[in-house]
Amino acid sequence: MSATREREDAAAMAAWQRRTRPKDWRNPTPVARYDLCVVGAGPAGATAAICAARQGLRVALVERRQLGGNSLNWGSVPSKTLISMARSGADFPTVLARLHRVRSRIAEHRSIERLQTLGIDVFFDQARFVGTHALRVGAATLCFRKALIATGARPALSDIPGLADSGFRTSETIFDLTALPRRLGVIGGGALGCELAQAFAALGSQVTILQRQPKFLPGIERDAAEILSRSLARDGIETRLNTAVLAARTADGSRVLDVANNELRFQIAVDEILLSVGRVPNVEDLELDAAGVVQDPAVGVHTDDFLQTTNPDVYAAGDVCMRHQFANVAEATARMAVLNAFAGGRERCSELLIPRCAYCSPEIAQIGLHSWQARERGIPIKSYTVMMADVDRAITDDRIEGFVKLYVREGSDAIVGASIVAARASDMINELSVIMNAKIGLRHLAEILHTYPAQSCAITMAAQAFVRNQPVIPWT
Amino acid sequence: MQKTRAAPLTELSDHDLLERLQRSAFAYVETYADPDTGLVADTSRPGSPASIAVVGFALSCYPIAVERGWMRRAEAAARTLRVLRFFAGSEQSAARDASGYHGFYYHFLQMQTGRRVWDCELSIVDTALLAAGILLVGRYFAAAGDEPEIRALADALYRRIDWAWAQNGGGAISQGWKPEYGFLDYGWEGYNEGTIVYLLGLGAPEFPLPQASFSAWTSTYQWENLLDVDVLYSGPLFTHLFAHAWIDYRGIRDAFMGEKSCDYFENTRRAIAVHREYGARNPHGFVGYDRDLWGITAGDGPSRVELRVDEHDYRAYGYMARGAPYGPDDGTLAPWAMLATAAFGVADALRGTRRLLSQYPEVCPQDRFVSGCNPSCRQDTGIWLSDGWYGLDQGLLVMMIENLRSGLPWALMRESPYLRAGLLAAGFTSGWLTA
Repeated sequence: MSATREREDAAAMAAWQRRTRPKDWRNPTPVARYDLCVVGAGPAGATAAICAARQGLRVALVERRQLGGNSLNWGSVPSKTLISMARSGADFPTVLARLHRVRSRIAEHRSIERLQTLGIDVFFDQARFVGTHALRVGAATLCFRKALIATGARPALSDIPGLADSGFRTSETIFDLTALPRRLGVIGGGALGCELAQAFAALGSQVTILQRQPKFLPGIERDAAEILSRSLARDGIETRLNTAVLAARTADGSRVLDVANNELRFQIAVDEILLSVGRVPNVEDLELDAAGVVQDPAVGVHTDDFLQTTNPDVYAAGDVCMRHQFANVAEATARMAVLNAFAGGRERCSELLIPRCAYCSPEIAQIGLHSWQARERGIPIKSYTVMMADVDRAITDDRIEGFVKLYVREGSDAIVGASIVAARASDMINELSVIMNAKIGLRHLAEILHTYPAQSCAITMAAQAFVRNQPVIPWT
Repeated sequence: MQKTRAAPLTELSDHDLLERLQRSAFAYVETYADPDTGLVADTSRPGSPASIAVVGFALSCYPIAVERGWMRRAEAAARTLRVLRFFAGSEQSAARDASGYHGFYYHFLQMQTGRRVWDCELSIVDTALLAAGILLVGRYFAAAGDEPEIRALADALYRRIDWAWAQNGGGAISQGWKPEYGFLDYGWEGYNEGTIVYLLGLGAPEFPLPQASFSAWTSTYQWENLLDVDVLYSGPLFTHLFAHAWIDYRGIRDAFMGEKSCDYFENTRRAIAVHREYGARNPHGFVGYDRDLWGITAGDGPSRVELRVDEHDYRAYGYMARGAPYGPDDGTLAPWAMLATAAFGVADALRGTRRLLSQYPEVCPQDRFVSGCNPSCRQDTGIWLSDGWYGLDQGLLVMMIENLRSGLPWALMRESPYLRAGLLAAGFTSGWLTA
């Protein structure tokens, strides 16, 4: 990297630090009692704090690491930047420098300055409950009317023998790399594992992805998983399904994974290992017992449908209590929790329609029910599918991989779910989110104008397929 | 005497074309059966082991050969008995080189000894296809002589299959088992040829599958509107054909099909419509594809090393379960597939087959279709062709052409009390089941 580039990178890192946790920070003196104490300043915590402060409530926000949480610092923002840059053909130092600039830029949205401007007292330290209505933060005690636990989640670790000694990275530490690994072994074929496998392969690493289950992205439908499998292979990634990692060790300067595919045993030598086997909620160290808040390490803080914990004055939001661990869910549940805590709201988290996406190539997005979930609930459904290969814009752009599939309750035109596999599925699924929240039926949707040509015409085409599928009433 | 030169296939009447292609397909069974074990080779390639699924198809072909006058009944019975005696006497144990275990058999067996090869899996679905063939000959050979032994062995071999064991303590059936490892899980999801496992397993008197297993199986079905066709989706064409070779699904319905006002026979027709429409749209621009030239299924295809194509991002898959419209699709067609759908729509099947024979006559050496061709992939000798013949393709062709011509396989299996019991246990009603 050139000297200029290095200076720019250092400036970006410094700005990020300043915005997310200034080095010379001193915690404020707490007020006698806060209306709301928020523990954790990721998407959920920051949203809740801002929402409450704007309503004139006295708010304390406690964070033990960096403002922005996983999403900004080690999650969505750096990973999507990496994916975007990897496809641009840039070299690794250039990618990292941009990653730092992007993270710094987005950190500004909810920087410490902005939070202070809203009157939020920000504390950097570990928070521990010392009673049903009090927290200890460093030497200070913060008393509260209500509290919100929004401590998020972290990458799950593994007890694979030898893995800790041989060294591995997680989604939180993979961005600390300073050089591109020649060979990367990815343990885990979930969304993040597949996304990063493709990104590193695009950057030039020789990637092997090891997945214990018989398909990638367990929980998505077969056709989407198979398209992803082929895409991974197309990108030169060595894919190993039904493959368990038995042990890890170092040998001859390499990290070696001993793996098993049914009865076959073999070794894979790599330079770096990325462990991506799910996430676990951050519930330790909070001393939740003191607050009467029930939790367990696997599913996190127990809440009811209104996000209230077993302490009626303590709520939880985001990854620490939700099965769907996404930033959009974190922010939505935080808003719900604040409304329920202070405004007599009866917002139910089970009613959230959650659009979600695996940022692979092609992207794989989903909302609402899968077909088998509908069948489990006794909802007879049928899907209307449009192949991207039949969408004019996909053809002009040579992005014909994938499909749009709308799940429709039989005997109606109500959409109960959708799956999209496409180059920009992450954007297209949001149209479905609006459609489903607005309860727009397929008959209406079929008539709504879209720009032409556009990838999202696939959604209208699926609705038009529905209309064509209805009995024809002859004109008289 | 001067030998009469056979007329080109494309010049034959529909009747003669069907007769000649069916007869040639049956010749595979005659040619590639082991004289001692009766096992039939997976492919015509030198050193090929037997595939137990091919044996299931081959057994089912013998009654057809008798009725068509291609083979004397005594010889067909002798060949059948040879196979059944082999299976009855073969080793059933957890030993690594046994022929089977718990009544199931390994996918591939050594032709002469019948022992497991390639460390392959004990195959549940291939055993079901074998069992279907065994049940069919058990119905057909009802005369005196060797035939009582055929019936007794067929009954015993079917009854000893421990279907419940294959559930491995869970609800869904495992696809296989290996002595070195245990049960295998390849993640069966959605409709496919596996229906025959459930129907034969549900009807078994000794070790049946529980009734709930079928609804667990159908719970992963997807009813889709695809390319403007309502269909219970499965990508590869063979998945809409294999169980249908034996089971007459016309007019009978389980709960799922009842809900959709369809049946599995009609569903295969719709799947064919999807494949034809896909051929017309030809989204990847592969050479040859057309509404009247289609047939994407599992089978042999070119591998990367054999490639010579212009497309920069072309990817070939070798041996693969190809499907439409979701793929994978690398331009490979199964030349036999269109004809194998004749019982579901003879006009489309023959029009497509004639088009294929006219355009690429090399796909049918000695009047017998090769497993795969890829007109997009050129070789020095012409388009890419799979080597030799595959037994599954030939056996399926003989059976499905016969189902079109006389309906003999379907008629025989309609009389099977085990299949009937399986269908009833799965909740099938109406049609011939109520007769």
